[in-house]
Amino acid sequence: MIKKLAAYIGEFKKDTVLSPVSVTLEVILEVLLPVLMASVIDNGVEAGNMGYVIKMGTVMLVVAMLSLLAGTMSGVFAARASMGFGRNLRKAMYDNIQDFAFRNIDHFSTAGLVTRMTTDVTNVQNAFQMLIRMFVRAPIMMISALFMCVSISPRLSMIFLAALVFLGCVVGFIVTRAFPVFNEMFKGYDRLNASVQENLTGIRVVKAYVREDYENKKFCDATKNLKDLNVHAEKLVVMNQPVMQFTVYSCILLISWLGAKLIVLDGTMTTGQLMSLFTYTTQILMSLMMISMVFVMVTMARSSAERIVEVLNEKSSLRNPDSPVYEVKDGAVQFDHVSFSYSDDEDKCVLQDVNFDIRPGETIGIIGGTGSSKSTLVQLIPRLYDVLGGTVRVGGRDVREYDIETLRNEVSMVLQKNVLFSGTILENLRWGNKEATEEECRHACKLAQAHEFIEKMPEGYHTYIEQGGTNVSGGQKQRLCIARALLKKPKILILDDSTSAVDTKTDSLIRKAFAEEIPDTTKLIITQRISSVQDSDRILVLDQGQIAGFGTHEELMQNNEIYRDIYELQQKGAGKDE
Amino acid sequence: MSNIRGMKGPGSRRMQGGSRSRTPGKTLKRLLAYIWKDYKFHCIAVVISIVISSLTGVIGNLFLRNLIDDYILPFLGEANPSFAPLLQALLTMACIYYIGTASTFIYARIMISITQGVLKEIRDEMFTHMEKLPVKYFDTHAHGDIMSCYTNDTDTLRQMISQSIPQILSSSITVVSTFISMLVLSVPLTLLIILMVAVMLNAVRFIGGRSGMYFVRQQKSLGALNGYIEEMMEGQKVVKVFCHEEESKEKFYKLNDELFDSAKNANTFANILMPVMANLGNINYVLTLAVGSILAIYGVGGLTLGVLASFLQLTRSFNMPITQVSQQFNSIIMALAGAERIFDLLDEPEEVDHGYVTLVNVTEEPDGTLKESEKRTGIWAWKHPHQADGTITYQRLEGDVVLDGVDFGYSDDKIVLHDIKMYANPGQKIAFVGATGAGKTTITNLINRFYDIQDGKIRYDGININKIKKPDLRRSLGIVLQDTHLFSGTIADNIRYGKLNATDEEVIAAAKLANAHYFITKLPKGYDTMLKGDGTSLSQGERQLLAIARAAIADPPVLILDEATSSIDTRTETIVQNGMDRLMKGRTVFVIAHRLSTIKNSDVIMVLEQGRIIERGNHDSLLEERGKYYQLYTGAFELS
Repeated sequence: MIKKLAAYIGEFKKDTVLSPVSVTLEVILEVLLPVLMASVIDNGVEAGNMGYVIKMGTVMLVVAMLSLLAGTMSGVFAARASMGFGRNLRKAMYDNIQDFAFRNIDHFSTAGLVTRMTTDVTNVQNAFQMLIRMFVRAPIMMISALFMCVSISPRLSMIFLAALVFLGCVVGFIVTRAFPVFNEMFKGYDRLNASVQENLTGIRVVKAYVREDYENKKFCDATKNLKDLNVHAEKLVVMNQPVMQFTVYSCILLISWLGAKLIVLDGTMTTGQLMSLFTYTTQILMSLMMISMVFVMVTMARSSAERIVEVLNEKSSLRNPDSPVYEVKDGAVQFDHVSFSYSDDEDKCVLQDVNFDIRPGETIGIIGGTGSSKSTLVQLIPRLYDVLGGTVRVGGRDVREYDIETLRNEVSMVLQKNVLFSGTILENLRWGNKEATEEECRHACKLAQAHEFIEKMPEGYHTYIEQGGTNVSGGQKQRLCIARALLKKPKILILDDSTSAVDTKTDSLIRKAFAEEIPDTTKLIITQRISSVQDSDRILVLDQGQIAGFGTHEELMQNNEIYRDIYELQQKGAGKDE
Repeated sequence: MSNIRGMKGPGSRRMQGGSRSRTPGKTLKRLLAYIWKDYKFHCIAVVISIVISSLTGVIGNLFLRNLIDDYILPFLGEANPSFAPLLQALLTMACIYYIGTASTFIYARIMISITQGVLKEIRDEMFTHMEKLPVKYFDTHAHGDIMSCYTNDTDTLRQMISQSIPQILSSSITVVSTFISMLVLSVPLTLLIILMVAVMLNAVRFIGGRSGMYFVRQQKSLGALNGYIEEMMEGQKVVKVFCHEEESKEKFYKLNDELFDSAKNANTFANILMPVMANLGNINYVLTLAVGSILAIYGVGGLTLGVLASFLQLTRSFNMPITQVSQQFNSIIMALAGAERIFDLLDEPEEVDHGYVTLVNVTEEPDGTLKESEKRTGIWAWKHPHQADGTITYQRLEGDVVLDGVDFGYSDDKIVLHDIKMYANPGQKIAFVGATGAGKTTITNLINRFYDIQDGKIRYDGININKIKKPDLRRSLGIVLQDTHLFSGTIADNIRYGKLNATDEEVIAAAKLANAHYFITKLPKGYDTMLKGDGTSLSQGERQLLAIARAAIADPPVLILDEATSSIDTRTETIVQNGMDRLMKGRTVFVIAHRLSTIKNSDVIMVLEQGRIIERGNHDSLLEERGKYYQLYTGAFELS
């Protein structure tokens, strides 16, 4: 996983290397200072050597300046390296997602992809920054400070060793104890958020059933539980600080006692050295704390990294053929023993042995109950999914022989769950055809019965559509989507229940316009209303992934039970009293 | 429906620049008062502990002077030095140190109680308050924004209470006491320190200012990029269908590069703050050492080696808190902005309810009078206290709803319903028909008082609904919405939502009535199947059936069905319809439907157009009228 991610450092390799290098430099310079100070005290002050003080003072100043420079540089390098790394990760993920087939998108949920590209990348890039700065800094600081101590007094250094072992054990104990509680806590947060989310979307239900108190109680129970977990976890974590303080103070006391003896009795140590040891005490123990902290943060980023790698490793399940065909002859569609499954599992086929032929220019209605795989069927035509068995042919050729873009430009599809993008109406329409003139856009909107309401808007075709199209009604949105699909001037047009929010009259006007204006385009219309397909050339009745009937309205009325059933159900309400 | 959603459009992402509080002082005061209210003793204990803990640190640094001047230097070269005084001094120091450690421990532990307690309280208060807000609030505020009050804002608040405030407190104490100690030790060296601190503060201001500026830019580009990612992921399938991959990449690259640029700058300045401060501290240290050494050599101002050692150690503990405070400052500003948003939510005016008529269960005495009962009797009555003479009258609940000259608009300047007049007799089925946006849903929003009307009257069994307590009014109205909202929990829990104390038998009976029993028993865990995330594992039709069962168990005298079957295919619809027909028996029902087939047998059909009732009557009379209904009806079943 690390190898995979490291590849995305890319052009920021130089920064990634330079950052720890300058951190190391900074640390070493910083560790030198106390030792230099010791010599100023011992050889300068105690000896009353003024020249020495000035000389060494200048050296120290230079060292401090260099350390400042190195520290600043490390900040610059680390920022560029980590933010660049994040940028590359996002870019790689986005590129890969753009290559995804529908099947891949289904695999990850939309919300999942968004989190991976936003929060997860931020986590990883921050952890990366920590890694190339703090995670280098702390151990080097600890090692070089320890080294200095040993060189001053090997005997006193034993105190540090003991302190390090003690502190390491305590920190390790706390971390291993607190970690499971933290995990539990995150779950608690998730539950809490889910509860708020539910109440936001379902507030009408809550209010209608007067369940405010009930929800309050549920919520307060959840917060209480969360609070308990939090207190439990933090009780462990807060031990860190006092334990740290205890260790530092104990070290100082021990060093004072032993140090004073060494200076006075043996003379193997100087006052200046004793003072530098005090500084090293804090440096060594602080770096240990820092290591444990960074460690926790990096492990937290691990799950984010895993989620990112999942996206990066996902291979598109569709590929362009080696020598693709760039022209679609006509709008004929043929299904030849087609079977399909979302899970590639033969036993879970949602389409089984589907056979039919559609001639160019025909209008085909597709009808069937929920779960009869109507949408699945039509999504095979522009090769949004690949069949499991059999062949789908468009214009007489297997769809897998075409260049995918060519095919999808000729097979225009209005999805059931369609979206508009933030931008003006014109910009949205031009998704269908970048070069479309305003005149062409108007024409398409007239066909889709959208022109009238667009004209009524204050800014007409330049009205800005909010993200997700929240400022147009469901029916208006559907009509805009149809217009957008029409602008492609496709050979095949597929409407997947695209007029469900449009009233019946407008619906029939749209179909009339299609019949008159684009007679050569093959039209496939999925719907729940029998009235919408009754006048089609032929109607395909699907039932549980199989064709239950294919023919004109009259034929089906005579020989297809399911169709007659649906028809009568829809007519019953209408015709009972007549 | 759409006109309500339409109001939600703008402002779904927090306004840029909203990361700063408008009135930080006031918010801080309110927040502190909030903490003080319940944690007076805790707060006092914390402050005392912090003071002790910080002071012991300073005393420790001063101890160095004694160590060197009193216990080391005098004995240098002595043949038989006595360590007894040193041991004694060290023992005293040990006491002081460990008292400091203990106070650190105490304040950290108390802080947990304060922080977690305050957070729980704020969360609970936010939630209970939110539940009291009018529906309008939820329609006009982006859910993401409300949500982040519970997540981001509470989290920054946690950091502020648990870390920033105590750290600033302890840092200030350290700085002040260190400064005083320095002055006592050596005035000239202190002057030098002041000079250096001025330099450091300027550096902080410069770097902090830059980093803040780029940080705002970074947030802005991050917002733009995240928004774009969200939109494109949402529309990814459309992108594919239109082969728009390249265009979508192009814009993404641009936004991604912009974010890289601003994030790089923001992080650079944030990154260099620490090393710059630390190294300025080092320079400070070196300068103090140099100047101090010179002073010590010449013995100016009684500067001994021990004093110098202490002073140097003090310099270190002077630098640290300044850096810390400068870092905490930013997070406090951010937390205050978050706190302000939380307080804004808490300050939202609650749904007002001046109603006094309540709904009670009654039993009917042989003489026809109604007697209030604690038990569920199946007979409901309005309990009407009269303020004038203190008497109470009971009136049987019938389900008679009258709208008289009702005008309504979601905002005062945009009236969407005009002069609506209608009456529903008990047990009647009233249907609303009309195009999207004609105002059908709006009418039902008025009956249960999700919104209040601008003009006119709505009467329920002859009582103006303003006089009925909202909870009682709503309890008498069952509602099945177009978007079924289910809650996390088992299927049984969800049905029981209509009547919390329902027995298992009642739950099953309701499910049977709604035709939901069959599919529930087919699920592997039956009624105990857990639903998550609004029940997405169920089909739309199944969810709809559960919503109907939920309404059935509540057993309300009046029902509102808002396009309850719009997204179900016809065959499933018959199953749902059967369930609904059974549910509707004997109740006053308001139905909104897209498909005319479902409302044909209504007693009264109202045709709405642009907020006005343009036709009313039953199916046959409306057909005879040959008006709009006739057009809709024939348009639906006869094709052009």
